Amino acid sequence: MKLVVIGNGMVGHKLLESLGAAENLQVTVLCEEPRPAYDRVHLSEFFSGKSADDLSLVEPGFFDNPRIDLRLGAQAASLDRSLKTVTTADGEVIAYDKLVLATGSYPFVPPIPGKDRDGCFVYRRIEDLEAMTACGAQSKVGVVVGGGLLGLECAKALRDMGLTTHVVEFAPRLMAVQVDEGGGRVLRRKIEDLGVSVHTEKNTVEIVDGEQCRHRMRFADGSELETDMIVFSAGIRPRDELARASDLGVGPRGGIVVDNRCRTLDPDIYAIGECALWDGRIFGLVAPGYEMARVVASDILSAVDATAGPAAEFLGADMSTKLKLMGVDVASIGDAHGRTEGSRAFIYTDERKQIYKKLVTSEDGKLLLGAVLVGDANEYGSLLQMALNHIELPESPEFLILPSSDGTVTTGLGVDALPASAQICSCNNVSKLQLCEAIGAGETTLGGLKKCTKAATTCGGCAPLVTQVLKAELKRLGHSVNNHLCEHFPYSRQELYHLIRVGGIRNFDELLAKHGSGLGCDICKPTAASIFASCWNEFVLTRDKAALQDSNDYYLANIQKNGSYSVVPRIAGGEITPDKLIVIGQVAKKYGLYTKITGGQRIDLFGAQVHQLPAIWGELVAAGFESGHAYGKAVRTVKSCVGSTWCRYGVQDSVGMALLVENRYKGLRAPHKIKFAVSGCTRECAEAQSKDVGVIATEKGWNLYVCGNGGMKPRHAELLASDLDDATLIRYIDRFLMFYIRTADRLQRTSVWRDNLEGGLDYLRQVIVDDSLGLGAELEAEMRHVVDTYECEWKKAINDPDTLKRFRTFVNSDADDSGVVFVEERGQIRPATDAEKQTRFKDIEIVAEAT
Amino acid sequence: MDGDRMDVAWHEVCGVDEIWPDTGICALIDGRQIAVFRLSASETPGEFFAIDNHDPMSGANVLSRGLIGNLGERLVVASPIYKHHYDLRTGECVEDPNVSIHTFGARVRDGRVWIGA
Repeated sequence: MKLVVIGNGMVGHKLLESLGAAENLQVTVLCEEPRPAYDRVHLSEFFSGKSADDLSLVEPGFFDNPRIDLRLGAQAASLDRSLKTVTTADGEVIAYDKLVLATGSYPFVPPIPGKDRDGCFVYRRIEDLEAMTACGAQSKVGVVVGGGLLGLECAKALRDMGLTTHVVEFAPRLMAVQVDEGGGRVLRRKIEDLGVSVHTEKNTVEIVDGEQCRHRMRFADGSELETDMIVFSAGIRPRDELARASDLGVGPRGGIVVDNRCRTLDPDIYAIGECALWDGRIFGLVAPGYEMARVVASDILSAVDATAGPAAEFLGADMSTKLKLMGVDVASIGDAHGRTEGSRAFIYTDERKQIYKKLVTSEDGKLLLGAVLVGDANEYGSLLQMALNHIELPESPEFLILPSSDGTVTTGLGVDALPASAQICSCNNVSKLQLCEAIGAGETTLGGLKKCTKAATTCGGCAPLVTQVLKAELKRLGHSVNNHLCEHFPYSRQELYHLIRVGGIRNFDELLAKHGSGLGCDICKPTAASIFASCWNEFVLTRDKAALQDSNDYYLANIQKNGSYSVVPRIAGGEITPDKLIVIGQVAKKYGLYTKITGGQRIDLFGAQVHQLPAIWGELVAAGFESGHAYGKAVRTVKSCVGSTWCRYGVQDSVGMALLVENRYKGLRAPHKIKFAVSGCTRECAEAQSKDVGVIATEKGWNLYVCGNGGMKPRHAELLASDLDDATLIRYIDRFLMFYIRTADRLQRTSVWRDNLEGGLDYLRQVIVDDSLGLGAELEAEMRHVVDTYECEWKKAINDPDTLKRFRTFVNSDADDSGVVFVEERGQIRPATDAEKQTRFKDIEIVAEAT
Repeated sequence: MDGDRMDVAWHEVCGVDEIWPDTGICALIDGRQIAVFRLSASETPGEFFAIDNHDPMSGANVLSRGLIGNLGERLVVASPIYKHHYDLRTGECVEDPNVSIHTFGARVRDGRVWIGA
């Protein structure tokens, strides 16, 4: 069968995924955009550091399938239903047996004079976002027209770009579709508290030249607003033009009419997603679109594959939503407005904490019909399940939303009460039963469950509920979730950190005696040593600490595959004088070391044996070098570009900031290594967004990015705070690092830590920026102690005879390790291979045998 | 500690205090590299163990620089290269029982450490 799919958006792509690798099916996909499907639900994350690639929904290799022909940038211009062909804008004619229209929607722009002026945008595609970013960089004020869900997302984006942000809404309240009047009022106050001005009941009549800004918007009530850029987010309209032109039947307000199998009037043509009109309704959410995609896939598969199950039907969809807008929880379930005849409402408002909750029940109070939650949506998961599964409500439903006397809310329903058929993830149609089966088959982590069932991978709203199911099911199966560090300590790293910090414990014997058992091992000893260093910052090679250190820390150098070590002197910010550069060269030459420039703008000297290290460092320290801590799970480097000092584009002194930051945090020990970078402008030459801590200069100060990573699993850093002055930047980094050190697992980089942090970036921002836990001063004081007690470990080591004695290859001989053998390559040494060692007495020239 | 064996020659390698508690050193005896560990326990001077310094899994002479501790009942050293554990008493590699290294006698006389090799 020849299948043509027009559109490769989220829903169009879900169709391709649902079709799987069906044989007998040749699929041509026409995708108008220059890139295949990406995650439009999380589009605003483009502004907090995610790239187009990060947002992609395409599994690697997906389009390598020879039975799928993806045409990017290909627009379908017309259909011929009698010949069953699609003609593209380039004039190519493609025949089909079955055709699926997944053309999506376009943003509605009200017909306002001036709407096409420069600096006016819509918010739909990645290209729109790129254009907004470019314009935002030259703007100070931004307006979003439309206060719906997408409009508020868009307002967040403008705010993240550092603009003074306004939302202009025609209706009397924000999110009028999902939220009632009381909820709208609380939502408005919360949004305004975040620095976004909200103007409701405003009808824009024209856009003209402004005086202070690029534009002036005139409203019907005579008021005006000046702005540099305008983004229209006033709703969507279905892309039904192909259907209109071929008499497929469209609704009075647009949308391609489909039946329960998503077929149009022509049984060989389907329509799915936002372009489809089912029962007079357009579904603008991703979950119903995905459901339509699955329905169509089942219909097509039942035609080409005899073993496929029967075709499914689309029977409408639940439009409940939960989202976080600028850190504000908003959720809406079912009949949020109480329009059902005889329905009864329960409302709870806390104006101090800015929380609004409403339940809509049936007349007898036994069934939940709808709900609105603003400011706190913790009950969303259980309330939604009650509504969807018609679970009978308790005697007094109000207690489902009232806080209990101790301030916590009683979650009305344990996951145990849910039937096995309960749909937990509506985006991907995953039931409780499917989750439990996956758990029974050995998936015991949220990550594993997501990968295996796809639950919580689209909007993420059900993640808390999936976690609850996981915990309950593990408990039911008798699994105990063990996060103990190792057999010697029945505690997680976080707990051990707390015990050490609060108990004032300074050595391993005391820790073991008080909280552990046995002798310790190569897991708990270095972990304890790292925590001691983070807390108390005492010299790592004292008698009671040396025995805890991994070999790298034990010799303050990096062990290499043949047992030799490499040496990395600190070159803060990558800035080095010619004289110091010469010293490094001289030392390398004298000791016959291989030299290589590192990714962190330093120089690594390889091939030293243990007994050579003190002499090498003696010369380096004498020339003014300090330890680079390349051997430690510690702050390593701060990479920088030259910044405004030299660069014609630089807006701040990035090298100066890099030096300030590196000298402040150098040597700070942590659960894993930490890398920084500072860029002097948005061109980002220092690649700060791939670091644990990235600082990027702006016209007004510094943007702080956190939790990025290069390496095995690259992750873009996320914007934590914008336009900071020097002091605030340092304060936030102090808090961030100490919070990470306090709460991360052993050997957990900031990126993984962040991915596992419940509450995500918003939570992190609350802790670091808003000081929601009241920990700020404490974390800063802890950091101050580490900064104030810094000492160069190598300087200390070479001046301590007791320590120096340990730097011997043999306790009873001055000989070298005969196993360390080098040969020459490209003018330097490298470790000999085993084969080369075997033939060392034959014909291979050994250039340096452990000098 | 091994008793004296007929085929073993005892070599004095260093003073007890040259091996810090719960660490190791490497001694060179007749061209052979031997890792010597001092387990502090509670009593002085503690218990001493001697094994090959060569880590067959990585091919490097590094075991004296590994961290020591216990895995269950076994006293072990973890190789610094790929973290394989070797039993200090038997020389067996915990991760791969087919791999084993030599162990040697170790004893203390008059504050000096002696190795039987």
